[in-house]
Amino acid sequence: MTRVLIPSQLTSYTGGATRVEAAGATVAGVLDDLDRLYPGLKFRVVDEQDRVRKHMRIFIGQQETRQVAAAVRDGDEVLIFGALSGG
Amino acid sequence: MTEPTQLLVGTRKGAWIYRSDGKREAWEVQGPIFLGSIVNHLVLDPRGGKTMLMAASTGHLGPTIFRSTDDGRTWKEAAQPPAFLKSDDPRARSVDHSFWLEPGHPSEPGVWWAGASPPGLFESRDDGVTWQSVAGFNDHPSYWDWCPPEAGTPDGSLLNQVVIDPRNAAHMYIATSSGGVFETRDRGASWAPLNENVEASFLPDPYPEFGQDAHYIALAPTNPDRLWQQNHCGIYRLDRPATRWDRIGKAMPAEVGDIGFTIVPHARCADTAWVWPMDGTDVWPRTSPGGRPAAYRTRDGGASWERQDKGFPAQQAWFTVKRQAFCADRCDPVGLYIGATNGELWMSGDEGENWRQIAAHLPEIYSVTAAPLA
Repeated sequence: MTRVLIPSQLTSYTGGATRVEAAGATVAGVLDDLDRLYPGLKFRVVDEQDRVRKHMRIFIGQQETRQVAAAVRDGDEVLIFGALSGG
Repeated sequence: MTEPTQLLVGTRKGAWIYRSDGKREAWEVQGPIFLGSIVNHLVLDPRGGKTMLMAASTGHLGPTIFRSTDDGRTWKEAAQPPAFLKSDDPRARSVDHSFWLEPGHPSEPGVWWAGASPPGLFESRDDGVTWQSVAGFNDHPSYWDWCPPEAGTPDGSLLNQVVIDPRNAAHMYIATSSGGVFETRDRGASWAPLNENVEASFLPDPYPEFGQDAHYIALAPTNPDRLWQQNHCGIYRLDRPATRWDRIGKAMPAEVGDIGFTIVPHARCADTAWVWPMDGTDVWPRTSPGGRPAAYRTRDGGASWERQDKGFPAQQAWFTVKRQAFCADRCDPVGLYIGATNGELWMSGDEGENWRQIAAHLPEIYSVTAAPLA
């Protein structure tokens, strides 16, 4: 299982939880499992072409990725953030 | 005769619902609903149902549709919001936001249509729970000519409206910001441009087959052969089966012009409609012309227009009204409602003769829809 940090923008899906766990060998796999656990969450983060949405950021540990095919290994932590976006 | 009315207000930062007494004089507010969400449209099913749909997104999160069946008290997200088909095409599209929600024809309960940015048409057959891409438009061989990606509004190119002929569920019109108006007679399987004599002053050919920016179109409720259009370049009328639009906005006062976002037909008189002009000169301020807000009404099909500004500030008021934020109810006399870019909600209970403010200090208002209170 992978630990996932949930940003405030998505806690309405997780019942308020900011740290959850999900299974998956890639970012896409983790997001699919999150969507199974919290229906609707994935589409708010990744569009229908599997592109990370413009104002969302995903990190595997300290490394940012915008590729949902990026590998997630045992012990990795996936962090989802809302990018700075004002106005 | 008047009746209790509700106004569904979508703003840049959430939604509000205002409900009136039977005289439309006292209003109670419910909200904010989804504070912080960008709400482009909030619509109640007029077909006797209780379903209310909301087109929402946020600055961060992707677009979705929320549903309520209890007057907006509780909401549930669509299981499958509008989305284009997954594609390997380098131009593969993704929905940035749903912009327009249209209840289907009365003969098709549970059907809804949605228009999106980038221009896309979507259909739900289960009351807004799941949505499918309409291939007849979204995958049309001419799609990329009709909807070039660089021809956007400040918020992106739009399929900004769906209009259904009340006599025939298969006969529909759509309005787009980059291709103008299109028509289908086979329920969306095929589409053809409907833009003859409509100006596109921003293109090399100012009267092209397509390429216009159709800000808003409306059918006259008592004569669905009459189409009104507020275009980027002027006000038009088309009486079917003709296909050539008439520029009725030339009768507007020259100092005001005929540029605006929206046009609202009268519920019972096919010759009557209202527009809300905005300043489209030089750099396009998109404000009330001269800082003097006003609606303009025609009662003769666009041959002449009269200014209606009683109650609005007489000077130094620079708000305007976006394309989904001017609507009418079905009462007699007709009630008119505008949501302004400065967060003010105004109404007229006497067909535009007098205006008064219902609310102020809301976020920028994107849409206002009126519906009778059940």
